[in-house]
Amino acid sequence: MSDYPPLSFRVPAPEIRPGDTPDFSGVTIPPAGAVRRPAVDSDPESIRDLAFTIIRVMSRDGDAVGEWVPELDEQSLLTGLRHMMRLRAFDARMLMAQRQGKTSFYMQHLGEEAISCAFQTALEPGDMNFPTYRQAGLLIAQDYPMFLMMCQIYSNEKDPNHGRQLPIMYSSKAHGFFSISGNLATQYPQAVGWAMASAISRDTKIAAGWVGDGSTAESDFHAAMVFASTYKAPVVLNIVNNQWAISTFQGIAKGDAGTFAARGHGFGIPALRVDGNDYLAVYAVARWAAERARLNLGPTLIEYVTYRAGGHSTSDDPSAYRPKEEGDAWPLGDPIVRFKNYLIKQGHWSEERHAQTEAEIADEVLSAQKEAEQVGTLSSGNTPSARDMFEDVFEEMPPHLVKQRQEAGY
Amino acid sequence: MAAMTMIEAIQNAHDNAMQRDERVVVYGEDVGFFGGVFRCTAGLQDKYGASRCFDAPINESGIVGTAIGMAAYGLRPCIEIQFSDYVYPAYDQIVSEAARLRHRSGGDFTCPLVIRMPVGGGIFGGQTHSQSPEAVFTQVCGIKTVMPSNPHDAKGLLIAAIEDPDPVIFMEPKRLYNGPFDGHHEKPVVPWRDHELGDVPEDYYTTALGTAAIRRPGNDLTILSYGTMVYVAEAATAETGIDAEIIDLRSLLPLDLDTIVASVTKTGRCVIVHEATRTSGFGAELCTLVQEECFYSLEAPVARVTGWDTPYPHAQEWDYFPSPERLGRKMREVMEA
Ligand SMILES: Cc1ncc(C[n+]2csc(CCOP(=O)(O)OP(=O)(O)O)c2C)c(N)n1
Ligand SMILES: [Mg+2]
Repeated sequence: MSDYPPLSFRVPAPEIRPGDTPDFSGVTIPPAGAVRRPAVDSDPESIRDLAFTIIRVMSRDGDAVGEWVPELDEQSLLTGLRHMMRLRAFDARMLMAQRQGKTSFYMQHLGEEAISCAFQTALEPGDMNFPTYRQAGLLIAQDYPMFLMMCQIYSNEKDPNHGRQLPIMYSSKAHGFFSISGNLATQYPQAVGWAMASAISRDTKIAAGWVGDGSTAESDFHAAMVFASTYKAPVVLNIVNNQWAISTFQGIAKGDAGTFAARGHGFGIPALRVDGNDYLAVYAVARWAAERARLNLGPTLIEYVTYRAGGHSTSDDPSAYRPKEEGDAWPLGDPIVRFKNYLIKQGHWSEERHAQTEAEIADEVLSAQKEAEQVGTLSSGNTPSARDMFEDVFEEMPPHLVKQRQEAGY
Repeated sequence: MAAMTMIEAIQNAHDNAMQRDERVVVYGEDVGFFGGVFRCTAGLQDKYGASRCFDAPINESGIVGTAIGMAAYGLRPCIEIQFSDYVYPAYDQIVSEAARLRHRSGGDFTCPLVIRMPVGGGIFGGQTHSQSPEAVFTQVCGIKTVMPSNPHDAKGLLIAAIEDPDPVIFMEPKRLYNGPFDGHHEKPVVPWRDHELGDVPEDYYTTALGTAAIRRPGNDLTILSYGTMVYVAEAATAETGIDAEIIDLRSLLPLDLDTIVASVTKTGRCVIVHEATRTSGFGAELCTLVQEECFYSLEAPVARVTGWDTPYPHAQEWDYFPSPERLGRKMREVMEA
């Protein structure tokens, strides 16, 4: 017999479930401008605190304050807003297209637009992102044609992926957008490897890895960290903490440990935690981390604190596991509304121009959609020939595949 | 008896097993509070508490690795991998650990573990929600691999798998969750309530691993099938008018060789059908066994109808998925050979 009382098994659970009143009072949010901006070559040990706070730039009053205020001219600011608005409008149309049965599946970014849109702006041509399915802003912010994105979503004949991949699994080397895999976190070590290759080749390019809060639990996340740390790879390792992984709250991936950003500390990787709904803060930390990478100072881990305002995907109904009102109660607000208010307060923007831009963008998205639908949709047909699925398995088709293709009638 | 979908039958199997044996614990991604993305564990956390049904971090290797530890301790973990397409990070734990624990410890440690996973296509899931990786498990010695084709068997086989003293891979053809599917995707979905095998006893029962079922007796040709392909075989048989005997293997390892041999010896002809890619697929094993056991009864070469050796496509799904037409063509060829 043991002298100790019996053990008990602990399973973390969110405090709030459907039917409860959302309460984020436990989330400590420092005021904008409160967090210092260290030099990019700071000793990681000296900036450990930055993994436990939230770097914020835009105040509630619509001002940009503190050491992290980035230098962006008026044109860049307005372009940034436009990118987020385009992404949101794109999402809305494609979500509806899926509901109308024009394609099989869709995943939106609602509430997370600032992260991928602002991050891309901090990169240079030739840099490579290894995105998840929730970073289409990386393409939108480079004016990648919406038409092509839609053709991919519709799996039609003009789909650059030839109808092979699930909707939204884009790929464009020319845009520094690595082919998305549906398997979570697998591409985090690949981002590190790409960055290592750049260093081995004495190149100047950097890489960026992307992962969600839930996916940080994967072994590949940790594999990426150890390689990045050992070889001081020129890579920015991004964690988008949108609080949820399908129905699973972030505490299942994180346990009671401080923050996702703090996971970097065990590897000696400097880590920043930032307000993911603050376009300016996202841009500023992305620049800081990219600068470190370019100066050969090694990797940076960034946690973006945000909220997945929509369902996980078109297959998901979040009301089964979180209160409907939770999104509205989210204390970091909406990235587009916040940026708009900031720009208005600074005299760069107005409600009228915003409404007019919204209308322009709606037209742009609609005409791209019409054009894409003229090519075809998954349901209307005009999808790539089955002959195509035998291509690109290998560079040269081996005899057994040639035979199978013939057997398939192509 | 109650009309159940395959999802309900699987949920009910968990419920029965957890009720009877408190060593049974259930976990996986989104499995606890929400009850699984396909709802196969719905209500279990409420009923049995979070110590026996809980959400896991997204780490398949961790899910299987911890389950091996629990099984070795003496629990009966029944865990879910959200899609079989995501099982590969756990492959090392399954192949090097779960499968060999009994053998390498001389029975000192064992691994009574069930790893459930939805498999197969037909849902426009693209290459990461459609795979049929049964052959990467049947090739491993020390694990069993099971794939039911209907609610009745799903329940009986799952309970048998949970009772089994060794690790079992339990594959659930997701296209069959809500009704039988014969490959005619343009037709409306038939619900399980209209199918006799959707009638499921509510009480505890087992369906022995290693027993095949003859879905349709016949004299002219044997079709070896499992999972969704059972219904494709039924459709192809109806459409060709060939008097085929349709065998639903249900359990790939252990395999009910006696039923196969008796049938092929009778018909003299055999067509194997599976969704998985062809090369080194489970069909190759079946073909070899039939050749080894029934050579002198064969009147035609054994044939295979399978998915192509390409990643599972999105838009071209119906050209990839073995259709009744494709199977029917092969059946005619074999009849004429
Ligand atoms: C290896 C692997 N396991 C499981 C899944 C199924 N899955 C798809 S998305 C998802 C949740 C991911 O959550 P998170 O990382 O927080 O990203 P988010 O969707 O919130 O952006 C899961 C479990 C998968 N795609 N790949
Ligand atoms: Mg998430």
